Amino acid sequence: MSVTSIEEIKFSNELISFINEWKNQPGNLIMVLHRVQEEFSYIPGTAAKKVSEMLGVSLSKIYGVITFYHYFKLEKPGKHNIQVCMGTACYLKGGEDLVDELENVLGIGVNQVTDDGKFSIEAVRCVGCCGLAPVVVIGGKVFGKLTKKKLPEVLANFED
Amino acid sequence: MENQEMSKLNRDELKAFREDKINKFTVESNSGKTQIVIGVGTCGVAAGARETEKAFYDEISEQDIAGTTIVSETGCMGFCYSEPTVEVKVPGMPSVIYGDVDEKVAREIVKKHIQEKSVLNSHVFARPASDIISETEKGTDYKQFRIVLRNCGIIDPEKINEYIARDGYKALERAVFEMTGDDIINELKVSGLRGRGGAGFPTWMKWNFTKQVDNDSKYIVCNADEGDPGAYMDRSTLEGDPHSILEAMTIAGYCINAGKGYIYIRAEYPLAIERLKIAMKQSRELGLLGNNILGSDFNFDIEIRLGAGAFVCGEETALLESIEGERGMPNPRPPFPVVKGVWGDPTIINNVETWASIPVIINKGGEWFSSIGTEDTKGTKVFALTGKIKNSGLVEVPMGTTLREIIYDIGGGIPNGRAFKAVQTGGPSGGVITKEYLDTPIDYKSLQELGSIMGSGGMIVLSEDDCVVDVAKFYLGFTIDESCGKCSPCRVGGRVLYNILEKIIKGEGEPEDLDRMRTIGDTMQKASLCGLGQTSPNPILSTLRYFEDEYLAHVNDKKCPAKKCKPLITFEVIPDACTGCTLCARKCPVNAISGDRKQVHLINQGACIKCGECFNVCNFDAILIK
Repeated sequence: MSVTSIEEIKFSNELISFINEWKNQPGNLIMVLHRVQEEFSYIPGTAAKKVSEMLGVSLSKIYGVITFYHYFKLEKPGKHNIQVCMGTACYLKGGEDLVDELENVLGIGVNQVTDDGKFSIEAVRCVGCCGLAPVVVIGGKVFGKLTKKKLPEVLANFED
Repeated sequence: MENQEMSKLNRDELKAFREDKINKFTVESNSGKTQIVIGVGTCGVAAGARETEKAFYDEISEQDIAGTTIVSETGCMGFCYSEPTVEVKVPGMPSVIYGDVDEKVAREIVKKHIQEKSVLNSHVFARPASDIISETEKGTDYKQFRIVLRNCGIIDPEKINEYIARDGYKALERAVFEMTGDDIINELKVSGLRGRGGAGFPTWMKWNFTKQVDNDSKYIVCNADEGDPGAYMDRSTLEGDPHSILEAMTIAGYCINAGKGYIYIRAEYPLAIERLKIAMKQSRELGLLGNNILGSDFNFDIEIRLGAGAFVCGEETALLESIEGERGMPNPRPPFPVVKGVWGDPTIINNVETWASIPVIINKGGEWFSSIGTEDTKGTKVFALTGKIKNSGLVEVPMGTTLREIIYDIGGGIPNGRAFKAVQTGGPSGGVITKEYLDTPIDYKSLQELGSIMGSGGMIVLSEDDCVVDVAKFYLGFTIDESCGKCSPCRVGGRVLYNILEKIIKGEGEPEDLDRMRTIGDTMQKASLCGLGQTSPNPILSTLRYFEDEYLAHVNDKKCPAKKCKPLITFEVIPDACTGCTLCARKCPVNAISGDRKQVHLINQGACIKCGECFNVCNFDAILIK
């Protein structure tokens, strides 16, 4: 997380009022970070710095919290972040094969972004659709009972 | 109701409101209108429930029956393997549950079932359990018994009036106006309810401890940080019946005189969060949450706090840290949260399933609840039945049901004619149970005696194709990733165990490794700070106990009996079966297969990456995995 950047990051009015609303509530940090990530799809260093100023919480503490929790991202994911479920049911039914195949097809590894910024791959914990295992989630949409063969067809939905 | 201005209700008004809603609920069900109820939990939506819903609307309008048909939504019915599921109630016909309802089937249901009154038999599913609220169909022989999931698949979770019509907020009303805190605790004591989060601590004791502490402010927490990979009971309950959680937490608030509650929920469950928010807004509007609840002088409100993907936060002291916005690191107990919880004040923390049971206990009485289950464990348990099982889904059964009944009678057994190997309960903290013990009646005690635990309710079925060493490695990989790093038995021990498993899977294991793992596991169980570290060796220890042979095959013979561990298997062409069709050679991603047309092919073992593609594509079963 770069904190040396002097460029100013712009928070939307909704985000600012959300932070102001939470400012005086105890234990607000995680809730605020969720809202920041919702806005930027990750938590840019400059945004963390701004949160630090607005809440009066040290940047080191914010960094500590961000890195503790899997959900928070310090790197910008692809436009379409492909979440491959690695819960037990999906694992037993070939979730790993899906990761391998995605790595093959997209030429990137897990937690990496394609050069055009379009796709990234993330291995996630159970998304709770075990009945449809193995599944991947892209943009909140769940694709179930997947096989390596079906993957290109799924990706074709996101060719924009 | 939805269009009317909502106003706060007092006790009598709630009663009148309920009577009115009960009438409406039954009028809508029985007065000439056809009802189509679509399951829209996360699984349902993932399987296409929204598209199905649209197809229903389209066909209804094409058939011009919109005036006599109501389409509504509900939570998970539990048939995850055959989503989307739909219930169709046509007046004069028995209500029918359909599974696998895609757009085409939806249109057919409208044409055949609704218009021609003829049921589509190929898609019909049996109702999983009788309804404990309306008490219809009593005495029928159902394997399941739904207390926690009583409203899931029946009510629309976004409509408070449907919850109220089904005894909703009746328990709160009774608690606030007819019971003292001690009465409530006594009812819980009689019920025998134990915490469903995994540890099975008696709920009444937890409440009683908190109640007895003299402190101005106290808190109520719902632990909805369902992190066990392969378990989604809590998610489905929250999505299908959010008000039951709010009602129960409010009762607890009244019982111990707490003013505020927190629901700590995984950020990965957006639909459950959304429905909780809707439910909280509705409850506040009707005066069931907030100040002067039901016109009394009792005040209580609830706030949602999001988790951020840390399994350890299911551990209660770590959860408290996380609610306070900190890194979720556990703390030594004592002090227990019942004495020192959120913001250092006494706090009751219960899991979703525990909360969902409580309104029923207050309404029907502790004795009724304690009549269900075994001597050791009362009530029911929801399991997420997944893995190598035909009917994967959510099942709720009375304690004392056997694993065989769950896996074979409800789950339909293992698909593709494969043999059952073991069932894993308790997720990363649990263990495996083998064929010999399938007739064990399930309760906290019996599972513990078998070296597993009840856990939160994940139940993963393994077939002969699954390697226990691989499964143990999967769970351990999870727990070392989720270890917070605070104490060394968990941080270091877990890593060392994982390295040994990797070594064994690569075929580099030594016979001493087995005892080494037992010793390390034993130390971790004894010396780790919190439940995560104490239980993380369980998947290894339990597989070592029941499947030592399989470990030894990896270590001594360098073989994986389940043919799963890639470094220990080879793919070979069976010369007599190979027709030389060249398909495998063409499909091999690394060109490791050679052979001329109509000649027996050969796999170059040095180049083979063991992807299994040749095995998958061969039409003549000419590839052998050794």
